[in-house]
Amino acid sequence: MVTIGIMRHLGTVIALLAVLAIATPVWADEVPLAPSDFRAFDSPSDHGGGIDLKWQRSPDDGAGRNIVTAYEISRSATPEGEFSQVAWPLKGVTAYSDNGLTDGAKYYYRIAAVSAGGLSDQVSAGPAVASQQWFNKKRANLLVVACILVFAIVYYIYLGAKGRDLHIRRIAGLEAVGEAVGRATEMGRPVLFIPGIQDMDNVQTVAGITILGEIAKMTAQYETRLEVPVSRSIVMSTGRETVRQAYLEAGRPDLYSDDMVHYITDEQFGYVAAVDGIMVRERPAACFYLGAFFAESLILAETGSSIGAIQVAGTAMPTQIPFFVAACDYTLIGEELFAASAYLSKDKKMLGSIKGQDAGKAVAMVFIIVGVLLVTLATISGNHAVSRAGEWIKNLFALRM
Amino acid sequence: MADEQVKLTLVEKLGRVDRRIIFLLMGVAVLIPLLIHYTTTIPASPIVQDLFDKVESLPPGSKVLISFDYGPATAPENQPMATSITRHCFEKGLRIYMISLWATGPRQATQLIEDIITPEFPGKVYGTDWVDLGFKAGGQGLINTLLSDFTAMYTTDVNGRAVTEFPMMAGIKSLRAFDLIYCVGSGQPGNKEWIQFAGDPGRIPVGGGTTAVMAPQLYPYYPKQTVGLLGGLQGAAEYEAALMVKYPKYRTMSRVASEKMGPQVSAHLVIAAFIILGNVTYLIERRRQKKRQ
Amino acid sequence: MKRTIPLLITFAVGLILIIAMFIPHDPFFDMDRNFSIFYDVIAVFAFILGGGNLLRVHLNKVYLKRRDWKYSIVTVGGFFLMLLAGLLKIGVTEGWSGNFQGTGSLFKYLYDCTFQPLQSTMFSLLAFFVASASYRAFRAKTIEASILLVAAFVILVRPTPLGYYLTFWLPDPLKFLTISNLSTWILAVPNMVGQRAIMIGIALGIVSTSLRLILGIERGYLGGE
Repeated sequence: MVTIGIMRHLGTVIALLAVLAIATPVWADEVPLAPSDFRAFDSPSDHGGGIDLKWQRSPDDGAGRNIVTAYEISRSATPEGEFSQVAWPLKGVTAYSDNGLTDGAKYYYRIAAVSAGGLSDQVSAGPAVASQQWFNKKRANLLVVACILVFAIVYYIYLGAKGRDLHIRRIAGLEAVGEAVGRATEMGRPVLFIPGIQDMDNVQTVAGITILGEIAKMTAQYETRLEVPVSRSIVMSTGRETVRQAYLEAGRPDLYSDDMVHYITDEQFGYVAAVDGIMVRERPAACFYLGAFFAESLILAETGSSIGAIQVAGTAMPTQIPFFVAACDYTLIGEELFAASAYLSKDKKMLGSIKGQDAGKAVAMVFIIVGVLLVTLATISGNHAVSRAGEWIKNLFALRM
Repeated sequence: MADEQVKLTLVEKLGRVDRRIIFLLMGVAVLIPLLIHYTTTIPASPIVQDLFDKVESLPPGSKVLISFDYGPATAPENQPMATSITRHCFEKGLRIYMISLWATGPRQATQLIEDIITPEFPGKVYGTDWVDLGFKAGGQGLINTLLSDFTAMYTTDVNGRAVTEFPMMAGIKSLRAFDLIYCVGSGQPGNKEWIQFAGDPGRIPVGGGTTAVMAPQLYPYYPKQTVGLLGGLQGAAEYEAALMVKYPKYRTMSRVASEKMGPQVSAHLVIAAFIILGNVTYLIERRRQKKRQ
Repeated sequence: MKRTIPLLITFAVGLILIIAMFIPHDPFFDMDRNFSIFYDVIAVFAFILGGGNLLRVHLNKVYLKRRDWKYSIVTVGGFFLMLLAGLLKIGVTEGWSGNFQGTGSLFKYLYDCTFQPLQSTMFSLLAFFVASASYRAFRAKTIEASILLVAAFVILVRPTPLGYYLTFWLPDPLKFLTISNLSTWILAVPNMVGQRAIMIGIALGIVSTSLRLILGIERGYLGGE
């Protein structure tokens, strides 16, 4: 009885062993074939200290016996010297960047494919020498675009300098600046100017301070009080210089006082609390918010609205523009802030630079339309040539560091 | 001479509600849900569910890099995101590597350790299951360097201990060793930099959360360049909801984002009500003016 | 001279930094980061100017007993309290060798108990101001304003039960019109389109302004001769 039971189960065991033998690859513990075409060369367009390695995958990586799990890369300063392991790229990878090396020194590399059974034969490459390059080819496309843009702007500046009449569309917010200052004059209330909460290294602040100069000329002419609380010390110094010069040019240096431009605090909400206090106490009739703003934009704009001031805002912070649009009477959106100083001064060369900027925008629009059409056509038609063209346009503007 | 007093009709009055009444109603709308601990569960939207599913799909032992790229100012929005991902990772047996690109980040990581890791996961071992590597300056430049050489930048943890002491640091040569990069961000450097300088070039899955104001700028990266995104407190609440569905024990535990959504929901409703009121009164007034003409 | 030298410096530094963008070789590598650090150092020294100005304005107010001069006492008092608490490391258990924000420090106590709540309070004003601004701004005065109104309403009600109940009943072919899907689409498509267009314009504006500054065409920020 026991013998019959064992015999009955023996068949099952034999069948199981057979399945296991078929399922388990014979080559599970074998070493893989080596990768090929292993090359080591200086990393291009870098600051030095880098060597790029490239290779063709082992025939057993993703194909053949498919037993490769990773690669082992080792490095030495001499071809016969001791090689130390530096990297273990996973299977499927065919490139590696070795960094932190000494420029000018020779390095030798070896690579082997790794499997459960061990390492393949080693393949050598080198010597490779890391060095610094004088031109970052990855940014060549950026250079071309920059050159086109600079050429367009300089060309129109040249035309402006020559006296050519350059038409700029009407910007409602800037047309309202004179009206706002006039209103403050009539009501006998001050003009409040906020040049943003960033420092002079932010181009929006520079744009704001430049517009402050134009507004200060108006307040000097109309003898309206001007108040400029600032959030940064350097902005205070620059603002004072600008306003003093504006009052001098308007022929009213006697009206200028250093206290017009005064420092509050660097801290965002401390600054806005102080400015809100100034608004509620001094009740300016015109408020200008021209510069870089963050979360405090709506607090300023709503407080200004509550005191009945006419408000003109301008910023290049995309997240804050909607708040200003909702709460202020006039808003300069993005580039209009940068056009403001040229628009207000009516200087021909500065107006020329705006035209040049528009030319750059036209080029961008052309590429966007062409790119969108190509990608859309490629999606609809599945045509490879169209798809490649669309990819080419995308890559044309891809920024690689 | 008779005094002419302009009497406003009810409609006109409703169209010009004093801002103080608006502020009062907003205050009440925010206060009451807080006082009665009103909690709302918002089902996860696809962009949040995809991120949840990605974490869920990682096998135990997978490496998740969490970058604390925010500070106390946005902690109400961002901290619940960090809490949820930590809970999720530990439930799945994943390993957490904490770093920060912001100087204010380590403090938030410390808060997470004190509030969540220590009390809720006492069995998790430092150096084996999680490690805090601290802050390094450099922003996107740092990310670039980490992509090729991680340990060149992080030789010690936040307490000055050599990383070679920690078993979970073995084999970490570059960002490519990680199975997921999760950025809790609120500005720059943040989610966008991780996508542009790590996810895209290194083909590493990147996900995370950001403040509600920054979230729209990251939607275009979904789903190809970011596996998912938590947008603001709402996104954090949605992730908590997904976590509750999969791990019911979290239904009875503190769910900060869901609890804070109560005031946000009621505030939204108040604003929507005022918008409707303003427009209804405006349309009625306009019709009346047209009739007079 | 007062204007010429700054203009020359602006031109030279601007040109070098642009060129450095394309040259990874020393000394151009990381030049922009180094210059940023130089600027930060200058800004820190300039802080003394700002702090000095703040004190001068408020002490003057107190001395002349101008309107609300008592608040200026609070400002000056707070300024010196925080300055001395941090500088002298008052209350720090390790004494002068410890961190000014370390355990027991008065600076940390004041920061956590006064500064942070005040900061959060100011930030929370946004909630109220958003309500009043929305009530005022979102009126269907024109077609564009109406579209804005509808979009804002959809996004506002999305996290609320109202947003769910308004459209949950839509059949499957119309599921894309549910508030949830609609709001994601609004944020991801038209909103992003607008933001990108603005950002392209801003980038071009920055290039144009920077070029004007480098070439010395824009000199308003320099002041007078």
